[in-house]
Amino acid sequence: MYAFNYHRPATARQAASLLAKKEDAKLLAGGHTLLPTMKQRLASPGALVDLSSCADLKGIARKGRNLVIGAMTTHAEVASSPEVQQAIPALAYLASHIGDPHVRHRGTIGGSVANNDPAADYPAALLALGATVVTNKRKLPADEFFSGLYETALDEGEIIIKVSFPVASKAGYAKFRNPASRYALVGVFVAKRGSEVAVAIIGAGEGGVFRWPEAEAALKARFAVKSLDGLKHTAKGINGDIHADAEYRAHLIGVMAKQAVAQATGK
Amino acid sequence: MANLSMTVNGKAVTATVDPRTLLVQFLRENLRLTGTHVGCDTSQCGACVVHLDGKAVKACTTLALSCEGASVTTIEGLANGGALHPMQEAFREHHGLQCGFCTPGMIMAAVDIVNRRGNHLDEKTIREDLDGNICRCTGYHNIVKAIAAGAEAMAGGSTKDREPPRQAAE
Repeated sequence: MYAFNYHRPATARQAASLLAKKEDAKLLAGGHTLLPTMKQRLASPGALVDLSSCADLKGIARKGRNLVIGAMTTHAEVASSPEVQQAIPALAYLASHIGDPHVRHRGTIGGSVANNDPAADYPAALLALGATVVTNKRKLPADEFFSGLYETALDEGEIIIKVSFPVASKAGYAKFRNPASRYALVGVFVAKRGSEVAVAIIGAGEGGVFRWPEAEAALKARFAVKSLDGLKHTAKGINGDIHADAEYRAHLIGVMAKQAVAQATGK
Repeated sequence: MANLSMTVNGKAVTATVDPRTLLVQFLRENLRLTGTHVGCDTSQCGACVVHLDGKAVKACTTLALSCEGASVTTIEGLANGGALHPMQEAFREHHGLQCGFCTPGMIMAAVDIVNRRGNHLDEKTIREDLDGNICRCTGYHNIVKAIAAGAEAMAGGSTKDREPPRQAAE
């Protein structure tokens, strides 16, 4: 790692003012992407603003029809939260399958969402559930927030405060993990809210998380595994690498979508 | 340089460190607690697992300064004087190691599994929760057996004369 200055503010407001000081500062959440990147010298921020002491960025609360999760809430906390398990069990399930137990004790929802790794799990949940990312400056709907591989609508100096999830009537998540790295080759989150159905896919898109309109239309007609019979995702726009080529990933999308619907419908 | 204070294995420690110092470096190089190992240094192998405020974390991917005011337990903090911790005793009893390099992380992960899931662990749970710990010698049979026995022993039983859990083919 290259040298950096270190700050550990106690509130998000203090963090924002430190970030504005222009010493090429980066925010540190759980650190499980940023620190390995810095160790490899692929990132060399002049300063780190560690958010781990910002109590106002932590916590899980049910607010009316929404489940609100603070940006610095860890995957382990989301996975084990009775509020999450009761309101959106698929979200607790998703969080319980990120990385490994030790990673889940450090990694945070805000960090995952801000990084927008194409194989990260949370973006699928945000997009399918129609979540809102609340920053220190504005509220961003998930479909405006994620804008490409590792790209988001966040401006310089903008900090994610919390993520608000409308509670879905049905939701499910399934992923196929690379057997060695355990990263998702394909992950599919399905959600039904009223008459609306959303299917969001991670791990497979050349541009990061994306939706599958054909599957959504089929599931809107009838929300059942059978509705996806015969439906194939095109390999166009799907990324291929040494772990899985585009054809194989496209096939997995259909398989994982069915598993996600099965989980959502309890079948 | 920045000032740092935390509690390690029940003792208050203070130091002045470069902000780049990782928790595992601080433990090994400043405190000379070399039981915590660096295996992959890329947050995959789990040789560096310690407990941070009671939760298992990878010390190679945590800044020492992020642990200001925290309580850290390392493998050196488990034994009570000359008496091994029940999980350590179970690893010895069931030969849950070969070269021993991954063992400190395995044992810290194992105690964390017990803290989260209780004393009665089935094989599937243990194997799934060892997702973040890699052993390159033996495979995992005896490690899984040791953890099941150690978990029971932590409830007050003995690690000896206990039926190992049924084994699945590896």
